[in-house]
Amino acid sequence: MSAVSTVDRKPGGGTPPEGANAGGPARRLASWLHRHGWVRLGVLLSAPMAWLVVAYLGSLAVLLVSSLWRVNSFTGDLVREPTLDNFRTIFAEPVYRNVALRSIGVAVAVTVIDALIALPMAFFMAKVASPRFRAGLVIAILTPLWASYLVKAYSWRVMLGNGGPVDWLLGGPGNGPGYGLTATIIVLAYLWLPYMILPIYAGLDRLPNSLLEASADLGGRGGRTFRSVVLPMIVPSVIAGSIFTFSLSLGDYITVQIVGGKTQLIGNLVFANIGAANNLPFAAALATIPVFIMIGYLVAVRRSGALNEL
Amino acid sequence: MTLSHTARWLLRGAMALGLAFIYVPLAIVLVNSFNADRTFAWPPSSWTTQWWARAWESQGARDALWTSVKAGLGATAIALVLGTMVSFAVARFRFFGRDSISLLVVLPIALPGIVTGIALDSAYQTAIRPMGVEKGLFWVIVGHATFCVVVVYNNVLARLRRLGGNFEEASADLGADTFQTFRFVTFPLIRSALFAGGLLAFALSFDEIIVTTFTAGPGVQTLPIWIFNNLFRPNQAPVINVVAAVLIVASIVPIYLAQRISSDSAAGGRL
Amino acid sequence: MKPIRLITAVAAAGLLALAGCSSGDGTGTPAPGGGLKPPERQKLAALGAGEGQVNVIAWAGYAEDGTNDPKVDWVTGFEKATGCQVSVKIGQTSDDMVTLMKTGDYDTVSASGDASLRLIYGGDVAPVNTDLVANYKDVFDGLKNKSWNSVDGVAYGVPHGRGANLLMYRTDVVKPAPTSWGAVFDANSPYKDKVTAYDSPIYIADAALYLMKTKPDLNIKNPYALDDTQFQAAVDLLKAQNGIIGEYWSDYTKEIQAFKSGDSVLGTTWQVITNLAQADKAPVEAILPVEGATGWSDTWMISDKAKHPNCAYMWMNHIISPEANAAVAEYFGEAPSNKLSCAKTADKNHCATFHAEDEAYFAQVWYWTTPIAQCLDGRTNVTCKDYLAWTQAWTTIKG
Repeated sequence: MSAVSTVDRKPGGGTPPEGANAGGPARRLASWLHRHGWVRLGVLLSAPMAWLVVAYLGSLAVLLVSSLWRVNSFTGDLVREPTLDNFRTIFAEPVYRNVALRSIGVAVAVTVIDALIALPMAFFMAKVASPRFRAGLVIAILTPLWASYLVKAYSWRVMLGNGGPVDWLLGGPGNGPGYGLTATIIVLAYLWLPYMILPIYAGLDRLPNSLLEASADLGGRGGRTFRSVVLPMIVPSVIAGSIFTFSLSLGDYITVQIVGGKTQLIGNLVFANIGAANNLPFAAALATIPVFIMIGYLVAVRRSGALNEL
Repeated sequence: MTLSHTARWLLRGAMALGLAFIYVPLAIVLVNSFNADRTFAWPPSSWTTQWWARAWESQGARDALWTSVKAGLGATAIALVLGTMVSFAVARFRFFGRDSISLLVVLPIALPGIVTGIALDSAYQTAIRPMGVEKGLFWVIVGHATFCVVVVYNNVLARLRRLGGNFEEASADLGADTFQTFRFVTFPLIRSALFAGGLLAFALSFDEIIVTTFTAGPGVQTLPIWIFNNLFRPNQAPVINVVAAVLIVASIVPIYLAQRISSDSAAGGRL
Repeated sequence: MKPIRLITAVAAAGLLALAGCSSGDGTGTPAPGGGLKPPERQKLAALGAGEGQVNVIAWAGYAEDGTNDPKVDWVTGFEKATGCQVSVKIGQTSDDMVTLMKTGDYDTVSASGDASLRLIYGGDVAPVNTDLVANYKDVFDGLKNKSWNSVDGVAYGVPHGRGANLLMYRTDVVKPAPTSWGAVFDANSPYKDKVTAYDSPIYIADAALYLMKTKPDLNIKNPYALDDTQFQAAVDLLKAQNGIIGEYWSDYTKEIQAFKSGDSVLGTTWQVITNLAQADKAPVEAILPVEGATGWSDTWMISDKAKHPNCAYMWMNHIISPEANAAVAEYFGEAPSNKLSCAKTADKNHCATFHAEDEAYFAQVWYWTTPIAQCLDGRTNVTCKDYLAWTQAWTTIKG
């Protein structure tokens, strides 16, 4: 529909807004765009798709392709002849299986721990705290996100060190977990906790109190309401939070280097092969493991609507 | 919801414990910034303010902070533009593959940082370097913008869905064209979602280390990279504690503002 | 999903074509071992004016500019005299340095023997025109034109210095004081979870050296030339050692901190780490165990793609000048490469302590060298494990 002429003007209202230029080029373009929705769609999608599909997916594709190459073992230069050797090595050597399983285990443990800690906290914030207090609590949860990840991990290194605060709390040097797999799980759970609290809080916030009252009216006590009403409705939020904790833990190598002692996770293997070993194809082959795990996880949870709650 | 007295107290306790868990390591950072021992022997035997003086004078920290701010602003700007465009496309149109868009947008942040990092690095080596373009800050911004798009996208999409399409139609009925509608009607309504998304995007970019390690050229040091390089150096590690303490305190203001703005418009959005 | 899949496929194909088209630089002919020739690279003909900047990859402690210790600084003077601003990137392992050099962003590197040959045959470094380096004439003859820094008489770098890897321990915890590498290879060590080792595949040579002295029936003649049986024995020893290891270290400052706090009490080290820890009042000592040790002889090399070649040459000349070489040798704890440095060290016994002029001593130190398939000890009836095998074994060892 073309713009001005066919519309009846109500008396007293409808003065054209500032900048209206009845027949100007901007206006003509706007009306043309209005009539041709597909062009508008194309314009809206062009830049983001170019960025995400061509640049990002393209780089992933290059990485996948390079996992089929290998390096000259002496000079370290890329040999661009396709071969499945990298994948054969990964499947044949037990160490890669162990590291992959260990990494998945760590990611699952971190997700579960974070979910368990986040649920009561988020519930308190959303349903029990008074509104003013609630705003303060949200700020309190968000603020640590600005403290550098590295500094937080290093602070834990100091805390878990020989004779440090954790040892002191548990009765003396050597009583604490020290550096290793346990320390890695603790620190990762610590680092990603806000990312789990926020989506759950947002989900609980959206849950109308009337539903909970209705459940009480129908005879449900606190626990029953929680189990049958609240929990099913916040599953997407928990899954949204778990996407963060799972993927951030799966690929992490820095925390492992800081508090992990001699532990190796899949991120460390990828990093070591990129840097120290200068073996990009093998690193790329290793990197496909977390990629496929995460894509599988994302596709599986797509239906739950969790992707919209990130 | 009527909760029993014990349930309320249990929840309060859980909240308190949770907050303690979150803040104790940060408190230790603050305490250690006054610890005279360079390798943070615990408990601190002597105190000093020399690290604060040193941090104030540290040129390296200041340059790194400025680089991080530049990278963050660049990445946030790009993410705002791209994220808004995609969310409008998804909210207002129906087309093939619309459902997969959310998957695609989430991918950069869902895949482990090291994968995104090495993918972008090899893309640079393969396609960009032969053109003679230096890595520099540009490639860092590209990397950050890629995973920041999703936070803007989700925020704006949620807002657009809540607003519905009636506003734009009403505005068109009153004689405004597409651009005017966006400028005078839609934009003010999504402004706070943009602000919230932009703030989160900036925070993500500011603290990012893994992707940055692979996309930063040799001369580029964002704050996390500077911290990583100096983390174990005996003379610099205490300075890092100071930098962290300052960042935490300084961040309270923008977070508070973001909360005020998003909670105000949350009420306003229920039109 | 269809349009997305299509676009992805197209993008992938396009980039694949692009990737396939871009070819690497000419490198040495692929067959490793005998008959290998380094690619043609041009050396600088004449020294011009400084470019104002030089990007250096160095071991920790090699290019000190006063930020770690205001009294330790041989860089600022160089910057003032030549106008070349020095930007230093610390390499943590030789592999690290090779990878960094391949990016082409750096001008010069202090390469150990296990990096230098890889750089030469990879075409990443150019031969050095030693006529342009005034201080080269004063370098010990025992370091010039050796197998790790030259090919067919063509020098690819200027020697920096040499030293051995030592065994460091906490004097208050480890009693009695250790004398042998056996202390870190003891599967029943009382210091379980507090032992540390160097985080690089080259550490396999340390295990091989220990086996060389303690299991003569394995017949190891050179810890970098290991056939299948010998290699497996070394790997098994290291897997057993993994049980008592607390942390592996590659960042030297992390090792200092670990020894200071007592998280590590025993393990491989460099002299500079011990010196810095002692300066921080940590009760540590370092010894050269009875079996001898692996070590390194470092060479400053110049990148083939150096953007600042003149400043790079000036830097190389400066770092092997008598005063600077003496300063770095003392700070790091190694033998200098310049004969005249021995007179310039603050500790008059420094050169004697570090056996700077003692070629017989260094005959017992096994310098880091890249293992190749053609056995470095001269055997022709077997193939030895190459560095790729070492790298993959290292991942398996760490578990």
